[in-house]
Amino acid sequence: MSSDASAPPLKRAGVPAPAETPARRLSVLLSRAPRLRLGLLLTAPLFWLGLVYIAALAALLVTAFWTVDSFTGTVSIEWNLDNIVTVLTGAVYQAVTLRTVGVALLVTVIDILIALPIAFYMAKVATPRMQRVLVILVLMPLWASYLVKAYAWRSVLSEGGLVDWLVTPFGGNTPGYGLHATVITLAYLWLPYVIMPIYAGLERVPDSLLEASGDLGAKTWRTLRSVVLPLLWPAIIAGSIFSFSLSLGDYITVNIVGGASQMLGNLVYTNVGAANNLPLAAAIALIPIAIMIVYLGLVRRTGALENL
Amino acid sequence: MRLSRPLRTTLGALTIAVLVMIYVPLFVVLVNSFSTSQSLVWPPPGFTLEWWGKAFQNQGALSALWTSVQVATLATLISLVLGTLVAIALQRYRFFGRQSVSLLVILPIALPGIVTGIALNNAFRTILGLQLGFFTIVVAHATFCIVTVFNNVQARLRRTGTNLEEASADLGAGIWTTFRLVTFPQLRSALFAGGLLAFALSFDEIIVTTFTAGVGTTTLPIWIFQNLFRPNQAPVVNVIAVVLVAVSVIPIYIAQRIAGAERVSK
Repeated sequence: MSSDASAPPLKRAGVPAPAETPARRLSVLLSRAPRLRLGLLLTAPLFWLGLVYIAALAALLVTAFWTVDSFTGTVSIEWNLDNIVTVLTGAVYQAVTLRTVGVALLVTVIDILIALPIAFYMAKVATPRMQRVLVILVLMPLWASYLVKAYAWRSVLSEGGLVDWLVTPFGGNTPGYGLHATVITLAYLWLPYVIMPIYAGLERVPDSLLEASGDLGAKTWRTLRSVVLPLLWPAIIAGSIFSFSLSLGDYITVNIVGGASQMLGNLVYTNVGAANNLPLAAAIALIPIAIMIVYLGLVRRTGALENL
Repeated sequence: MRLSRPLRTTLGALTIAVLVMIYVPLFVVLVNSFSTSQSLVWPPPGFTLEWWGKAFQNQGALSALWTSVQVATLATLISLVLGTLVAIALQRYRFFGRQSVSLLVILPIALPGIVTGIALNNAFRTILGLQLGFFTIVVAHATFCIVTVFNNVQARLRRTGTNLEEASADLGAGIWTTFRLVTFPQLRSALFAGGLLAFALSFDEIIVTTFTAGVGTTTLPIWIFQNLFRPNQAPVVNVIAVVLVAVSVIPIYIAQRIAGAERVSK
C-alpha cells in the first residue's frame, strides 16, 4: 500500500488523454451500460421488422376475417368466418393445397437428392483448387435471374425446342408444359439454396472423424450413414426450408411453364389482382403460413435455423 | 475417408452432369437471343444481331432497369444498416428473446414470397391507405434483404471473436474509436459481400415486387414478365435475359472470390 504512494505516477507514453467531448462522454456512458448499448443496437431493426413485417402479418390475419362489399368492391370491416370456411371447405382450395404441398415436397426431395452427392464431391473429394472453381461454377449461374431461368426452361421444353429436337429422332415428344415442367423448373431454381447449406455443413465435418470411422472398420456407406448423415441433418433441413417455402408460394413459374395447372400462389394472386378480394386472398395466404409455422416449429430443435 | 475409385468417379460424373444441366438452359437462351426466329425453335434457323440492337433502344426496358437499380441500391443501404446492428446485438450479447429476434430476421425469407407480398400489400393499401409505388417496393425489399447482410456479418463476428475489441477498449479507445478502427475494418468485406447479395436479391425479386409495386412502377423483372408472352417482344426478352445473367454473375463472382480469398488467407 505504502509503496504505491511512493511510486512515480504512471506515465502513458505517447498516448494523450482523451478530450472531454460529448461523443467521449456518451462513449463512456455506453461502455458502462451494456443494456443501453444493446437497446440502441436493437431499436432500429426491431422497429423496422416489427412495424413493417410482424404488424403486416398480424393485419393479414385480421383481414382474413373481413369481407368485400360486393357493390363497391372495397374492403368492409364486417367480422365473419366466411373466407376461412370457404378456404377450408372448398373443394378447389383443398385440391390446390394438396397439389402445392405435393409439388413443394417433390421439389425438395429432388433437390436434396441432387445436392447431397454434388456437395459431397465438392467438400470432400475435389482438390482445394477444384473446390473453389466448383463452388463458383455451381452457384454463380443459379444465383442469376429467377425469371431468366424459368424462361430458359420454357424455351427448352417448348414445342420445337431443345428437348423436342433431342428426342424426336427416337420417336419421342417434349413433355411440354404442365405440373412436371413446374417441378423441374422449381427444382432447378432452388438447387443453389439447397446445395449451399449442405456444402457448408459438409465442410464442417472434420476429415479426421471420417478417418476414425474408417479405422474402426466402417465401410464407406456405414460411415456416411452413421457419421456424416447425423451431423448433416441440420444443414439438409436448412436447405429444405428454402426449397419447400419458395415452392409453396410460387406462382410465376407455374404461369411460365405450368400450362393450365394452378398453385396456391395463383389463387392469392388472382384474388388480389383481378378479383380484388383481399380478404379472401388473405385467408388463402394463411394456408402456406400455417404450413410453414408447423414446419419451422418441427425443425426448430434440430438447430437448422442456425444453419440458414 | 477412403473412397473407392468407382465411387469417386461416379461422384465426379454426377457433378459434371449437374453442371451441364445447370448451364444448358442458360446456353439455350443465349443462342435464342441471336436467332432469326421469334418463337422458341431449336436449332435456330439463322443468326442475327437485330434483337441486340433493338433491346438497347427499348425505352420500357431501360427505364425499368433504372428503377431496379435505384430500388436495389436503397434497399441494400437500409439492409446494411439494420442487418449489421441486429447481427452485432445477437452475436455480442446474451439476452432474453434472442432466439425470437433471430427468427424475426429470418422470417421474411423463410415464409413464401407470396405471403410477404400480400401481407405488405394489405398493410400498405388497406391498413395504412398508402399509394403503392417506388417507396413501398423499397420498404418491402429492404425487409427481406436484411437477412443476407445479417448472415454475413454474424458469421464474421463469430469468427473474429472479441479479443481485438477488448484489447482496444483496454488501451483506452472509446466505443466509436473501437468500432471505426477495429470492428468495422474486420467487417468490411463481410459487409461488401452481404451488400452485394442483398443488391442481387432485390434486383431479381418479382413476387414481392408485383404485390408492392402498384401499376405505375415497373422494375426490370416486372417488365420482363409483362413482355414474356408477347410474341414480338420475345426476342428482346432473350437479349435482356442474357445481359441479366452476365451482369448478375459479376457480383456473385466477386462475393465468392472475397469469401474464398479470406478462407485461404485464414
